Amino acid sequence: MNITFRLAWRNLWRRKRRTWLTVGAMVFSNIILVFMISLQIGMYGMMINNTLRAQTGHLQVQAAGYLDDHKIRQVVPDVEQLAAKLRRGLATDEVAARASAFALVSSADRSYGLQITGVEPKFEPRVSSLPGLIKDGRFLSDAKADEIVIGRVLARNLQVGVGGELTFIGSARDGSIAAAVVTVVGIFESGMSDLDRNLAEVPLRFFQDTFAMGDAGHSVVIMAPSLIQVGATRSRAEALLPAGEDLVIHDWEALLPGLKQAIQADFTSAWFMYGILIVLVAFSVLNTQLMSVLERTKEFGIVMSLGVTPGRLGRLVLLETTLMATIGLVLGVLLGGALVLWFGSHGFSYPGMQEMAGKFNLPSRIYLQVTFIGLLFGPMIIFISSIVASLYPAVRLRFMEPVAAMRAA
Amino acid sequence: MMGNLRIIIRLAWRNLWRNYRRTLIMLAAIVIGVWAMIFMTALMRGMVDDMVKDGISALPGHVQIHNPAFRDDPTIANVMEPPSGKLLEVLNRPEVVAWTTRVRVPAVISSERDTRGVTLVGIEPDRERGISFVAEDVTEGRYLESRDDRGLVVGRKLTEKLETGLGKRVVIMSQDQENEIADRGFRIVGIFDSKLDQYEEQFVFAGEGTIQELLGVGDAISEVAILGTDYRDVEGLRQMVADAAGPDVEVLPWNKLDPYLGSMLAVMDGFVVVWIVVVFLALSFGLVNTLVMAVFERVREIGLMLALGMTPRNILSQILAESILLLVIGLAIGNLAAWATIEPLKGGIDVSIVGQGMEYWGAASILYPALYLKDVILANIIVIVLGFFASLSPAWRASRYDPVRAITKV
Repeated sequence: MNITFRLAWRNLWRRKRRTWLTVGAMVFSNIILVFMISLQIGMYGMMINNTLRAQTGHLQVQAAGYLDDHKIRQVVPDVEQLAAKLRRGLATDEVAARASAFALVSSADRSYGLQITGVEPKFEPRVSSLPGLIKDGRFLSDAKADEIVIGRVLARNLQVGVGGELTFIGSARDGSIAAAVVTVVGIFESGMSDLDRNLAEVPLRFFQDTFAMGDAGHSVVIMAPSLIQVGATRSRAEALLPAGEDLVIHDWEALLPGLKQAIQADFTSAWFMYGILIVLVAFSVLNTQLMSVLERTKEFGIVMSLGVTPGRLGRLVLLETTLMATIGLVLGVLLGGALVLWFGSHGFSYPGMQEMAGKFNLPSRIYLQVTFIGLLFGPMIIFISSIVASLYPAVRLRFMEPVAAMRAA
Repeated sequence: MMGNLRIIIRLAWRNLWRNYRRTLIMLAAIVIGVWAMIFMTALMRGMVDDMVKDGISALPGHVQIHNPAFRDDPTIANVMEPPSGKLLEVLNRPEVVAWTTRVRVPAVISSERDTRGVTLVGIEPDRERGISFVAEDVTEGRYLESRDDRGLVVGRKLTEKLETGLGKRVVIMSQDQENEIADRGFRIVGIFDSKLDQYEEQFVFAGEGTIQELLGVGDAISEVAILGTDYRDVEGLRQMVADAAGPDVEVLPWNKLDPYLGSMLAVMDGFVVVWIVVVFLALSFGLVNTLVMAVFERVREIGLMLALGMTPRNILSQILAESILLLVIGLAIGNLAAWATIEPLKGGIDVSIVGQGMEYWGAASILYPALYLKDVILANIIVIVLGFFASLSPAWRASRYDPVRAITKV
């Protein structure tokens, strides 16, 4: 074993309590960081996935301008053809065409104005979680059928059940009046109040007939294999778009800017807090190492006059810190990981979370997952900042005069 | 005893500055910790306060009275009589700051270009002022003038979606009590800019009388909104109103009407304590470490003091005094720093770069930090009390030294 290493290790245990207290600060902060970052990773992932699955998908092909204006005349022509082409080109089933328009929906007793979406019954279940959330009845079966599925709250508001009839009136693409009678075949319950209150889906071809859309629709929804592959899928899809049409592809960040920014806002405030913990640990390390250097002034003076270079002494101090930080890292990751595992099997919840969770498409208990980043990211930062904090005491050694140091009290 | 205390404090003070580097580093850590506790708390408090205030001014008021069926089925079928008799008398008591009646129904609004679903709210313009946001937020055109005003006040975002504007005509469609479609043309007389875009798209305001006439409901109303003195304490008000209103209607406070907002406030209170304690714990390792070192390097001195007749108790209080002194100085500077950083930000911090994200959480894109005395006191008490307990162990050890051994320690 290297002599510097041996010296550093022994030096650490000359003052056991101090070393353990400093390591304790690291371990404490590491546990908190591991837990919080794992929680954040889990929450953000769920927020994004649940929201995208329920609403927009990862990517959408739309007519330019549709995202801002949502006008019925801003169409994607031959939408089913395009969806089929994208399915072939991307070699995936997770592509579906949609169209939507505003309509006044009425039951025998009640009327509500809402957005009606036309979907491909065959492919919609591939891109959306809603077909799987049908609690009464079934999802749409046939592309042309005069059927509708609606959310639980909307069904209650309209006072209809499965088998009930609804009429809707809206304005068609050509400006004429679009009207139809449909049968409620399914009622879904997503737990997301906006969707349960506002969403109604009918088969795409039926929608096209009713709203005089011809073969056109408003969007093609694409799910990428995973969130990180959205960019790649996007460029592949872009190459498949027909030339000459004014079509654009939006990713989920553009489709739901609020979601991305909500995560950013939360992320920023969380990192402000982590930053404080990290700085406090760094101060603790700085204090310990500075003291340990100062109290060894005499000793350092002697070894320097015996020919040990200041650089080597500096490395010694840095090595001591590194050892200490390594212990803190290992213990922190182990204990933090154990905590995450425990919450992984028991689920994490706090009072008031249930009310808040529904708003963000989250379940009311979160089951944490052990991830590489969640385990190591926070502790690594603490590790690095500990070493940075001990640079000052290490560098001070360079300016030490051996003779004066030896005489120090 | 007093003289004793003065000596102890003076000794503690001098001891602190014997190793000024260590003391300054620890002090810096305490100051940063305390600053972070208070600053962060003020930011979060400010955000939640704003959310709650905005939430309350987005119609609920502090307490609302409805037909019991209204919340499940918010249509014109579920109306109630306007307040009269006992209820009216209670509403005019001083505990009620303001109250108003509204007719609120789902409706469809159409311009020549487009159609949207909205919530149509018929209001009493004068009473509504101060309860909800609409009166203050009208930035173009005018606010409604009377309950029989024939004009319509809509949100900016909605006018953009409908491609319409001030002075233009729109058609409002809703359902009357016989489930027939009732519609009527309105001229847009005012446009409001609200802090949250969703309000601008959701709410459309008209005179209450005009809407009652359109829907043929006589003088029936959908809800009574009541504003008390303090949104944090509405139970008394709710009880008083509920007693007077009788069993036929539902009287609910805002935190039941909007459980998300209600839980937000409770979660915040918990968060403040957790945050302060976590920061303190991160600090405490350094604090104890500092004391351990201070005691260790003075072992001989402490032994000498004991040998000279200072009681262990005195040693204990002296080490504790050092710790408390350090904490008090750190707290003082930390509090000041927090105040000094929050004060210039009182005008609001612009976070519109993540504005849509803040809206996702239900908050506006300007953050107004809210420094509460009770939070500052809470932080200070937690730091002092926990700091005291954290210092007990090193202080106790110091007071237990055997004088002879301590003096002879190298």
